[in-house]
Amino acid sequence: MSAPKPILEVKDLKMHFPVHGGLLFRRIATVHAVDGVSFDVRPGETVGIVGESGCGKSTLGKAILRLYDPTHGQVLFHGRDLAHVHGNDLRVLRRDLGIIFQDPYESLNQTHPVGFILEEPFLIHRIGSPEQRRTWARELLHKVGLPESALDRYPHEFSGGQRQRIGIARAIALKPKLVICDEPVSALDVSIQSQILNLLLTLQKEMGLAYIFIAHDLAVVKHVSDRIAVMYLGKIVEFADADTLHHRPLHPYTQALLASIPEPDPSRSVEDKPVLEGEIPSPRNPPPGCRFHTRCPYAQPRCKTEIPSLIPWADAGEAHRVACHYAGALQPKA
Amino acid sequence: MPKLLEVRDLRVRFDGEAGPVRVVRGVSFDLERGATLGIVGESGSGKSVTALSVMRLLPKPAGVIESGSVFLEGRDLAALTPAEMSKVRGNRISMIFQEPMTALNPVHTVRRQLAESYELHHPEMNAAQVAEASLQMLKDVGIPDPSKRLDEYPHQLSGGMRQRVMISIALACRPDVLIADEPTTALDVTIQAQILKLIKRLQREHGMAVLFITHDLGVIAEICDEVAVMYAGQVVERATAKELFASPRHPYTSGLLASIPRLDSVRKTLLKTIEGMVPDFSSLPRGCAFSNRCEMAVDACAEPPMLAPAGGERLSRCPRWEDMK
Repeated sequence: MSAPKPILEVKDLKMHFPVHGGLLFRRIATVHAVDGVSFDVRPGETVGIVGESGCGKSTLGKAILRLYDPTHGQVLFHGRDLAHVHGNDLRVLRRDLGIIFQDPYESLNQTHPVGFILEEPFLIHRIGSPEQRRTWARELLHKVGLPESALDRYPHEFSGGQRQRIGIARAIALKPKLVICDEPVSALDVSIQSQILNLLLTLQKEMGLAYIFIAHDLAVVKHVSDRIAVMYLGKIVEFADADTLHHRPLHPYTQALLASIPEPDPSRSVEDKPVLEGEIPSPRNPPPGCRFHTRCPYAQPRCKTEIPSLIPWADAGEAHRVACHYAGALQPKA
Repeated sequence: MPKLLEVRDLRVRFDGEAGPVRVVRGVSFDLERGATLGIVGESGSGKSVTALSVMRLLPKPAGVIESGSVFLEGRDLAALTPAEMSKVRGNRISMIFQEPMTALNPVHTVRRQLAESYELHHPEMNAAQVAEASLQMLKDVGIPDPSKRLDEYPHQLSGGMRQRVMISIALACRPDVLIADEPTTALDVTIQAQILKLIKRLQREHGMAVLFITHDLGVIAEICDEVAVMYAGQVVERATAKELFASPRHPYTSGLLASIPRLDSVRKTLLKTIEGMVPDFSSLPRGCAFSNRCEMAVDACAEPPMLAPAGGERLSRCPRWEDMK
């Protein structure tokens, strides 16, 4: 059985930001926020992107949506390259794309009532009559579990979880094919987090949505994702289906990330846990060779000079890719 | 011999424009020497306000301790004058916060800020002794290149390093109690593991007691011996970490535990949820504060429940704890 044709293909995407400074405000450095990332998303599936701060996961999401202009690479969506379309073409393509942010308070226009916020996507794309738009706004509220009375209220009158529901309603208004969720639950309390995750899972089933789910919490990402990309300093270091990644992580960073998660199980004390030493280097000045070698407990001389590519692991083909010279044969440093 | 730290029926009120809001509503717990007590709860549960009240660091003039006592080895901290309290703070009890940048002084070097605690609490130490002790503290908290770091400013340090510096300042005078208020919440998960490990090691070496405030049950499981679960300004359950995770005896605790996605849960299945949201302090339900979200609520829950024995040493504020599986 061959995999269904992807709806999104990201090919060698790079997003570099110049750093200016000094007396003449010249370009003094470059932040390699995303540095050659390739993956695809199939219809109706969730691809999770996980990593710590500075790994480039949020930048990747924004570059895919063209909220940034990528430095290099392609983002193929409906056969068009999102990275290189302009004006009306971009607007038309974006109808099929949605985004949900960490803090909906920042992303919702606070001077408008919720009714307007939900009708606006239709207005921008000139769809429907005023009566139809109001009906659709009501349906959207119903879909995300908010009462109709929300239409005339303002974002600040809602709690964090409710605001995230409004953000989700807006993101799915135009029935997109793909929604990018950028840390959608990390600002929420535990009891609200599960409500929002359930809502996202339910909407995916009902509407056949595909998600790119970006988060720092691997347990959350694993729960909602079909396939997961682990990022470190602008690069994908491992890509596999979610269960394989959990049960058979091959990259030392993935292994460390899994081991660091505090699990609600008091039989494992933190003192017995293997802990990754050192800090995440700055993406302004990433280490040469494998970017993880400065913290890797298995690093060999080769890792300091030669950048490992993200390649299929053994016979797994595209199903499990890893960027480590010594994947499957890790030997502790002498 | 009196307990190390005893908090008795603590009640805290915030005076706002819309009138007084009672955010801590009768909290009691004690902390033994060398032990770790976790206080876990969601936003608005009153966990941080409880910690700040112990330190007498409530924002003035809005925050008021209405009643209750905080005994440190039998001495009531709530009754001390501000001058007496400042001799206790940073010396016998220290506190670390979620965001070290707000706790550290941005215009002073690490050296200056460490020296400050020694000057305040150990005026007998000379400059050379202070310098030596400061260097030793930075070594203790695992800061690489400590002699260089001493002369740096907070903004020159990474988040993880700042947290280590804050811990070194808090522990400089070898306090008996360390209050840690979400110290790893803003950190990346691999750095969080380093800091938790560090706190645990320092606790063993210094023999201090730790009051650990967090919203993260995973962190609680890793670091705490005992746990108090807070909801709407009250402790709703108190147990050892082992007992709490094995068999919660308050519906709020079991709801929280069930709603966390775990690595080994079945992917893409719906999680258990606690319906509704944390009630506003101005409109708490009558009786049990959790009753409007509780699956087990019965008519009797309209009466305010007491925190009562629930088998062994455990306490629960749910009169139906025996009905929980």
